This record gives sequence, structure tokens and C-alpha cells, in this order.
Amino acid sequence: MWQIGTVFAVTLGCVLCIHSAVSFPSQASAKEELLRVAGESGRRGGRIVIALRSEPKTLNPLIAADGTSREVISAMQADLVHINRATQLTEPALAKSWKISADGLRYTLTLRQGLKFSDGHPLDMEDVLFTFRVYLDEAVHATQRDLLIIDGKPITVRKVDAQTVVFQLAKPYGVGERMFDGWAILPRHLLETAYKEGKLAQSGALGTAANQWAGLGAFRLKEYVAGQRLVLERNPYYWKTDEQGSRLPYLDEIVFLIVPSADAQVLRFQSGETDMISRLGAENFSVLSRQARDYTMTDAGPGLEYNFLFFNLNELGEKAPAEMARKQSWFRAEKFRQAVSQAIDREAIVRLVYQGRGAALWGPVTPGNPRWANAAIAHAGRSLDKSRQLLAEAGFRLISAENGESRLVDADGKPVEFSIITSASNADRAKMAALIQDDLKQLGMRVQVVPLELRSLIDRVTQTKEYDACVLGITSYDADPNPELNVWLSNGGMHLWNPSQKHPATDWEAEIDRLMEQQLTATNTAQRKKLYDRVQEILSERQPMIFLASPDILVGAKRSIGNFHPAVLEPYVLWNVEQLYQRNGAENARR
Amino acid sequence: MSTRSRLLLCVAVLAALHLGVACAGFFAPYDPAAQDREHPYAPPMRLHFVDGQGGLHLRPFFYAQALRSGSFDAYEENRTRAIPVEFFISGAPYRVLGVLPLRMHLFGGDVPVYLLGSDGYGRDLLSRVLFGGQVSLLAGLIGAGLTLSIGLCIGAAAGFWGGWKDEALMRVAELFLALPWIYLLFAMRAFLPLAVPPLKAFLLVIMVIGAVGWARPARMVRGIVLSAKERDFVRAARGFGASGGYLLRQHILPETASVVLTQAAILVPQFVLAEMTLSFLGLGVPEPVPSWGNMLASLQHYNVLVSYWWMYLPALAMVPFFLGYLVLASLLQGSRGTSKIGEVFGGV
Repeated sequence: MWQIGTVFAVTLGCVLCIHSAVSFPSQASAKEELLRVAGESGRRGGRIVIALRSEPKTLNPLIAADGTSREVISAMQADLVHINRATQLTEPALAKSWKISADGLRYTLTLRQGLKFSDGHPLDMEDVLFTFRVYLDEAVHATQRDLLIIDGKPITVRKVDAQTVVFQLAKPYGVGERMFDGWAILPRHLLETAYKEGKLAQSGALGTAANQWAGLGAFRLKEYVAGQRLVLERNPYYWKTDEQGSRLPYLDEIVFLIVPSADAQVLRFQSGETDMISRLGAENFSVLSRQARDYTMTDAGPGLEYNFLFFNLNELGEKAPAEMARKQSWFRAEKFRQAVSQAIDREAIVRLVYQGRGAALWGPVTPGNPRWANAAIAHAGRSLDKSRQLLAEAGFRLISAENGESRLVDADGKPVEFSIITSASNADRAKMAALIQDDLKQLGMRVQVVPLELRSLIDRVTQTKEYDACVLGITSYDADPNPELNVWLSNGGMHLWNPSQKHPATDWEAEIDRLMEQQLTATNTAQRKKLYDRVQEILSERQPMIFLASPDILVGAKRSIGNFHPAVLEPYVLWNVEQLYQRNGAENARR
Repeated sequence: MSTRSRLLLCVAVLAALHLGVACAGFFAPYDPAAQDREHPYAPPMRLHFVDGQGGLHLRPFFYAQALRSGSFDAYEENRTRAIPVEFFISGAPYRVLGVLPLRMHLFGGDVPVYLLGSDGYGRDLLSRVLFGGQVSLLAGLIGAGLTLSIGLCIGAAAGFWGGWKDEALMRVAELFLALPWIYLLFAMRAFLPLAVPPLKAFLLVIMVIGAVGWARPARMVRGIVLSAKERDFVRAARGFGASGGYLLRQHILPETASVVLTQAAILVPQFVLAEMTLSFLGLGVPEPVPSWGNMLASLQHYNVLVSYWWMYLPALAMVPFFLGYLVLASLLQGSRGTSKIGEVFGGV
């Protein structure tokens, strides 16, 4: 399946050659340096309607943490250097070019001339300096702040002239210019007062008046109706043109409808109320494919989501009940975790949960991210015999219970019973847990599946730590190890099996910490790959997370949408929103 | 047909249905939790008597189903080989009525046979409907029994002793009538440990639906006791020095029999439905133990709703039971004349 994605990415990479050279489109003033992008030329006008699963929390890129907010913000904001979601490579954005010093410590970026915010206010270097001052200010609590702190020291930003800015790093940064992706350049003229008053976090709420909010993205705020829809309109000052030199974006409007349930989204799309659909489950995807009329359904290939099972390995101290301590003594045994991993039928998960539209996983790097996957990791097939052998080595044994079933007991003769919590709103993961339950029954373990509301699940895993095992998934936002830092570092909040440790609990966790920090500052990609390969090796050996499967990115769009090229990175269908267009003027009349 | 014979017929039909569910292990070809991962969402198989050449078979046969290549839920029949249904074959172990261990099943075949199709994990729906019936019907029967016993005791006490005791009991009954029992269950669930084993969850469901519903039958019983204790024959018995307990046992409670029986026939399907509601919402018995409610829960997903019609079948399973109980209730109501009062006064 993943070949499709790769082939697709490669073709797009060839087509989408970016001209960072200066170009002067006819409609633009002579001073504007616009970016000309390749691709099918479209038709101006029209709008698209797309559903969001939840209401965005904010339009403020500083504090946006949830997926829907990020999706909306990505259409309204722009960054200095951008990662092309299809090729997964960097390309010039607000900065037309950049230079990295030989020691990897100094990045010199040159800004495009004549850029304007969506309210017509010109962008100057003060905005860039203001932006990074704000992101780095601890009082602001920007969600991505940690990524600007390298080796304990914040990046320093210095203006050279009106178009040139220098970023000085304490240590070389492994990702190179990729680090500039996702830092939306903020409008100083609108936000400085709020910043000085310490109210920056309150700015950009959804109720903000359209003329009080601006960005450098393809669209700007038009209207927001609470609980119903968010409407964006074309930014007339956008800095990209198509091959013919006409200014992008093509569309006049994007309407985001708030449709909380996945099934309701499918119905809306099927009835033609929405033009595009993304984050589809495999089963709904096949329902839509079967009945496809005026829309096309696309399997964009494996994404970056990895699903896994993990056990509670927290240090619970003496307050923990004796039963929990006993369970943890099983979970801590590596052979126990390896046995569980060996017993899980991953192929069945791919077939029954994803209807074949996904890939079995033995590590956190999905086939959607081939560059970072460690090819040496063994893809061990299901083997109950090996599992039983591992369990026997770890001191477990099988006895026959009174009802004729065989049951697994530990060295003290206590039956092995535990529960797996999973999110009730995620049907895929609930199904995975039910399959695992049956797989482990073959080993004589009694497992119960407990669906919980997502918030209380997260609370149990990260705060109260009252759980035995959990099935969860993580989606990286970039095909790089760095977004995963707080998953693998032992002091990370997403180090799910034992989060936010003061000191690494085990030697191998300490080694992962060391490797992840080394790769952060290694400048050479091959070197970073080697370090990250070792991290994957340790994970596969110690099995703190038992990786299960990764779903394909499944999307759909009406046939009338032009330039629809879904990517496996978020935002899957809107990453090239400026190039999307309505082919035949069949714009959606309904809201 | 006289009322009495209709009543008997109705009871016989209901008894047969319940027996079928009680011996689910025998009628079901498979273990209800056994997953057949090669056959998810297999449609119901057709039993054939006439083969492709027009030959008639006395023993029914079927054709094996296999997934069409490249598909994950579309099946095709392999018509080259007819597989005869085998009767009284040995298969998955089960216990009749929870005691007698057996392996014999009514029917089966060389290859999996799914008469009602299979669900998303390849589990046989027929087996699940039968075993699910055990959970749902038992919850209904025990729940109704519990409710009626509590209702009878409290209603009789309130009606017989009257005064402040009556007042107090009836106010408590009103309180229970006003309780939103679904929220009560949510609240109770929050106090329980995270993972509740299936048996515990089942007992919890029964206790909740049984303990909350007593108020209505209690009020009805109280009404009858109130009027019965003023009847002449009761007064006469009291005059001859009968004790309160004797009066209740011998004269008053028998008057409530027809009301209690009718209530039982109405309450059982109500409580089966209550169990189904709870399991449908995920508050009842946990997977993989089947109940009619949690089997229907998969219909909450749009793709199941539009793609696999056989997943609706568990909803049909309850129809004969519910019809049976409702006919029984109306027959019982029509034959109230059999009570002592009826004999004396020629029906009330």
C-alpha cells in the first residue's frame, strides 16, 4: 500500500518545482516578490465546504494545541520556511532564501519584499522579531516553545537589514531549516498591545471581529457562527501565484462546518453538503467508495499515525494496592511484554480493523515515513508457541481451570488478569483491543476491555495512573524524529508508560534519552538516522510500547475540485488550499 | 378456544422459547465468543435442498463462503462442492443451564456454517443471539421477580397497616418513581472499579433495574390491599380473631395474585428492554459476552447500518418473546374473574 504514497509523493515532487527566483506577475506591484508555484492552473471563484470534527479552540497559533485549530490556522497563517506536505521537503515561503553557516549555528534568512498581512498592513522585520520574542516569552506559554530551546538556551534572533534576519543557535540543530516550519509570523500591529498587557493568550478567540485578526496565509477570517460554522475568505494580498502569474488562492471562500460525529460527516459528504472529507475510517471509506457518484475516494497511503498497546510501568510507590503491585511485577518483566507482542495477530488487525487499508507495525516509524524507518527491525510474525515459551521462562505457567479452560498463573499461582482501557469514541482502537483480548485468551490471560471517554482515559494515563494497560495512538505532524521528543524522552509528558520522570527509571530509557538528545544536535542526517535506528532497536527489544498498526490516510473529494492532491501529513487535504479550485463553477450553494 | 386453553397455549409457546435459549449451547453451533478472522461480516448462508443439477437432497446442504479476492467484506459461494449439514456433532464445550457440561451441538458442518451470518470479528450471530438471549431474558426475569417481591412486600405493608407507615412508604415510592435510573446507573458505575467482570456487571444491571422499578407495582398492590382489607370476609375473619399475618397470607395477598401476574408479564419484556438499552449504551455486560443489547450496539456505526443487514437480526429475536409476554398479559387481565372476589360477585 505504501508504494502508492511514495510514488505519489515523488511525482508531486517533480511537478511542484518551486521558483524561488524573483518573478513579477502582471497583477502585482513592481515591489512585490511573489512565489510562483507549479501545478494545474485553476479557475478563480467559488467556495468549498468541509466538515471539522470539533470546534476549533482558537485562531491564535501561539496557543493552538488541538488538531482542528491547527487545521484552520494553517489556512490563515504562513511560516518563513515551509515543509511541502507532499514531498516532505522544505521549500521557501515568507523567506525567499536561507543560508546555514558551516558550523550549523547561524541561519541567515532573506525575507520576500512587499509582503502584506491579510488586512493590507505591510510586513516588516519588526513583525518577525516580535513573533519570535513572543514565542520565546515564558509568560505566553506558547505550545511549541520547547522547540526553540536548544541545549537549554533559547535561539537568539537578530535583524541585519530590512530584509535579512539571523537566527543564532547554541548548538547545531539536526533538523536544519525544517525548524522554521509551523512558526506563524504574527501581526505586530494587532497583537502588540495585548502582549504588553499580558493578554496575548486571550487574543484570537473564535469570536474575534474579522478586522481585528490577520495573517499571511491564503485565507482570512470572515465569519464565525458558534457551534455551526467558520467561514474564511480569500486573502487578496497573498504572496503566491500560479504558473500564469495570477495571484492565488483561487477560491473565494472556505466554509468549515462543525460536525462532531464521524458518521454524520460521512452523511453530509454523501449528500453533497460538503466538498471534501478527511480522517475517514476504513469502513466508512469503503461505504463511500461503493456508492461513489460525483466524488472520488483516495487512499493516500500510510500516514504517520501509530497505534500501540502499553502497560502501566509507573513507579506507584508504597500507596499502590497490593494487586496493582503484583500486576506491575508482570508488566515489568520484559519477557511478559515480548510474549504479549508475539501473541498479537497484527495482520488480523489490519484486515479486520482497517479492511486492509493500513500496515502492521513493529516500531513507531510507519511505512508513511520510509526515510526514518529502521529496516533491520524484525517483523516477527504471530507465534503462540514462542509466547508460551517466553512466559514459561518468565516463571508463568498454565493450569487447567474448573471449566476446562487453561489459565495462566504467575510464579505465586495468581491468575493473570488485567484490563485494557481504550477510547470509547474511537471504534478502531476498541476493535483492536477486542482482538488483542481474544489473542491473549489463547495464552490463558483474562483480559477485559474497558472503553472510556478520551478525557478520562488521558487523565488516568498521565495523572492518576490508575490503569493496567491501554491502547492508544499518536500521529506525528512531521516525518522526523523531533516531533516525537516528548514521547521518547523519559521526562516527556507523552512518555506514556511512565511519563514525566525526574530520572530515567531504567538503563535503556536513559540510553534513549541520550540518543534522542544526540540526534537533536547532530547536523548530519546519516548520523541522526543511525542514532534514531538505535532508539527503534531498543524499543523493539524492550517493548515498552507494543506497536500494532498504522492506518492509511483516507480522503475523498467531489470530482469538481481541482488540484486535489491529498498528502499523508496534516492537513491531509488542505495543505495546498491556495491551489484548490472549483472546476466548472459548480460551487456549493448550500452551507 | 376458551381463555384457559389460549392461556395454556401461550404459556407453552413461551416455555418452548425460553427452553431454546436456556439450551443455547445445544442449538448454537459455536462458542459465542469464538472469532473466525477469515470470515468477518459473512452474510447468512442459505440452506439448499436442490443442487445445481436439479437433484433433490433430503439432508440440507450449503456452499462454503470465501472472501472475494481484494475485498474484506464481500463473499462468494464456492458452488463446486455441496457441504451437507451434519446433525448432533461434537464441537465447542458448553454447559446446559450452567451445570451439565456437554459438547454435542444440534448441527454443524465441515466448514463454518453461519445461518444468521457473522459479525465484524467473524463470530457466529446465531450462537450469539441464543447466548445473548440467556443474558437478556435472565436479566428480565430476575429483574421482574426482584421488583415484584419488593413491590408486593412494601405495597402490602403500606396498604395493610396504613397510617404514618403508609404515608412514609408511599413517599419513598414516589421518590423512586422520580429517579432517573439511567443516570443512577452512570453514577453507580463511577464508584465501581475500572474493570467489572461480566458476571458482576450482569448482577449490577439486574439489581439496578430490579431495585428501581418496585414503586409502581407497590402502589397497585397497596390499592388492592386497601380495598380487600375492608371486604366482608376479611372483616369476618378478623372478627373470629385472625392475626394480621394470617389475614395477609390467607385472604388479602391472594387477591393481588392476578395483578401481580399481569404485572410480571408486562414487566419482563420491559426489563429485557432495559437491559438491552443499558448494554446498547455500553453499561451492561461487557464484550465479548453477548447480550441482545450489546449485539445491536454495532448498529451505532453508519457503515454497519448500511452495509450488513443481518446485524439487525438480534432486534428481531426479541419479537416472539415480547409478543408472547404481551399476549399472556392481556389474557391474564381478561381472566381476572378467577379470583375469590370474582367467584363470589361474578367478576369485578
